[in-house]
Amino acid sequence: MNLQSNDFELFALPQRFAQDASAIDARWKELQREAHPDRFAAQGAAAQRVAMQWSARINEAYRRLKDPLQRASYLCELRGAPINAENNTAMPAKFLIEQMDWREALEEAEDEPSLDALWDQLRQSRHEVLQDIERLLDRDNDAPAAAQQVRALMFIERFGRDIEARFEQLGQ
Amino acid sequence: MALLQISEPGQSPDPHQRRIAVGIDLGTTHSLVAAVRNGVAECLPDGQGRVILPSVVRYLEGGGRQIGHDAHAAQAHDPENTVASVKRFMGRGLKDIANREKLPYRFTDASEQGGMVSLQTRAGAKSPVEISAEILVTLRYRAEDTFGNDLYGAVITVPAYFDDAQRQATKDAAKLAGINVLRLINEPTAAAIAYGLDNGSEGIYAVYDLGGGTFDISILRLTRGVFEVIATGGDSALGGDDYDRALADWILGQAAVMAASPAAKAAVKMSARMAKEALSTQDSVVARVELERRAIEVTVTRNDFEAVTADLTARTMTAVRKTLRDAKLGRDEVKGVVMVGGSTRMPQVQRAVGEFFGREPLTNLNPDEVVALGAAIQANALAGNNASGDLLLLDVIPLSLGIETMGGLVERIVPRNETIPTAKAQDFTTYKDGQTAMALHVVQGERDLVQDCRSLARFELRGIPPMAAGAARIRVTFTVDADGLLSVNAREQGSGVEARIDVKPSYGLSDDEIARLLQESFTTAEQDMKARALAEAKVEAERMVIATRSALDGDGQLLGAQERAHIDDLMRQLQDIAQSGSDAGAIEAATEALAKGTEAFAAARMNHSIQQALAGKNVETL
Repeated sequence: MNLQSNDFELFALPQRFAQDASAIDARWKELQREAHPDRFAAQGAAAQRVAMQWSARINEAYRRLKDPLQRASYLCELRGAPINAENNTAMPAKFLIEQMDWREALEEAEDEPSLDALWDQLRQSRHEVLQDIERLLDRDNDAPAAAQQVRALMFIERFGRDIEARFEQLGQ
Repeated sequence: MALLQISEPGQSPDPHQRRIAVGIDLGTTHSLVAAVRNGVAECLPDGQGRVILPSVVRYLEGGGRQIGHDAHAAQAHDPENTVASVKRFMGRGLKDIANREKLPYRFTDASEQGGMVSLQTRAGAKSPVEISAEILVTLRYRAEDTFGNDLYGAVITVPAYFDDAQRQATKDAAKLAGINVLRLINEPTAAAIAYGLDNGSEGIYAVYDLGGGTFDISILRLTRGVFEVIATGGDSALGGDDYDRALADWILGQAAVMAASPAAKAAVKMSARMAKEALSTQDSVVARVELERRAIEVTVTRNDFEAVTADLTARTMTAVRKTLRDAKLGRDEVKGVVMVGGSTRMPQVQRAVGEFFGREPLTNLNPDEVVALGAAIQANALAGNNASGDLLLLDVIPLSLGIETMGGLVERIVPRNETIPTAKAQDFTTYKDGQTAMALHVVQGERDLVQDCRSLARFELRGIPPMAAGAARIRVTFTVDADGLLSVNAREQGSGVEARIDVKPSYGLSDDEIARLLQESFTTAEQDMKARALAEAKVEAERMVIATRSALDGDGQLLGAQERAHIDDLMRQLQDIAQSGSDAGAIEAATEALAKGTEAFAAARMNHSIQQALAGKNVETL
């Protein structure tokens, strides 16, 4: 193992999408316990610097493993199907129509109950996409198809932020 | 792990001598120093048995200075040269300072150089860093006198919301005071450590800190011995002083008199303060004040006091609610509440907190001392005195870091609340054909416009080979260390041209300034500067030799014969010079040479030991 090991190797976790969140947490803290610069506070600047590199690397891996979207993107990339969201905006027509409907509903939402309803829809949709991703990555081993779903998930997450912004607006 | 055995009992390189490591609470109204002695953390008293050092520095005629109680006493008659609450100015520009027209100080705006404010005193312009260093050096001497030995290092506490500039300023002050900072830790975390929450049960804890002039509320999460600060809030202009003022106004109202002169106002406030303190343990008290024309006597009951200050207590609870919302937590999820700050002695405060959280807050430690005690425990562990110490503090960065992009917008690179240390990279490009330099402006804050964020530093990457617009790939890497301090590195990927800064120019002091200040610093006056420098150089040399020897014992096999001989050589030279020498500069140079010569070895050892530690684990052992 070294600083270049991939996140799953570093965390000694199976290289798949489905993960136990508490195992990621536990492993993160265990690794930090070994590598954190505080462990080397009495050992000079060079040791501190190396410890900081390790510790920052462990935090990076933790953030990526912990977040389903980032974890899925990372797995797709490891399996040769990078997401390239900016050059790869083609989405199925059905998905785009659904997105347009949502946007319209958001425009028209004037109160918290209608936002709540939209929020529930979004959560449902997010859940379904995550299940698809898990199936495509862990069972079908179809990274390109999973990458397509990851891009869909990115749309959904962005829409989630827009709903939140709207909640804030209404709250004021 | 071999690296950690250096200080285990019996194997200590220096068995008769523990490393003297202290915790310092550098507070707005007062400061304390604490250390672990015989396994127990305790605050160290001064020669007169007082543990609290008022955070007040007075500059005298003729170059002397008073620090602490004497300075505090002189505040009323020499306000311009007596600086109190300097913590509020740390890492701050003139425009950041609220109500400055109400303060007696003459501020010098250094904003055209993008710098921190300084204060005009009869001893000249003093930066908040220098003033804080006076307080720190007083505490350092107190600790050294207590132990009859040099200080190995200190853990210094800062508010959880302190930004990069404020943390850096605190670290600079320590450097100026000749203190080796083992770590900056957040005040609420220190308080939680003092209560031993780290080896207790896991869960969410709240730290309610009502001091003399500030109120802070922090929500911490503890899991498997790891503390994370998950939200902070409060009111930087609300504290015990406001309770005094409210009661003083009420007393005047009862007596139907006015206090016109500053002296009369101060007398009423002092009397109110004494009444407040008495009311923590008794139900009523008679407040007596000598005014210019007459003396007044007013009976104050606890009910009266609580009634006139109820809105102040309510304001703290509003901040508590908001912070819980920020943390997305309900009050029933909080497992314990730690009380910090002298003002939490007031029964109405304890009651309000207890009622809100539905549980008795923790109050059995002295609320003035609790932060320093926690810092001492952490310092002791970091110095390697406590081999079984299993405490790990993971902090988050309190404010987002970003970089200015076109149109004065902020591109966020490290979002707030991310666990540190962290390193984040982002690619930028040139926007003009043939562009050979790129200016980078680093900011901190949550807003989208640069003008609404705090400017941390500006620097320039030069020597980019001329290319078409958009062809250069400039990778900017932000590295935030465990203390929350930032360094930035920019590198053009094609040519490898690099620029790097430790972020300090805007609000911190440059290294040159620190060197100058160190030279002309307070140590000259009272101490024999040369003897001190020599002693320090020798201690440092010894420390370096011990560390190198134990590293060689543990991991010598990682070295080739030639490398080994080189290090042995450097070590011998250093020992010779340190033993016989009387020239601090030569000892420092030899120490530096050994440090340089062992750098590659240190890195190899670290990689080796961390890999070993990590490789031994797998999913099954979790």
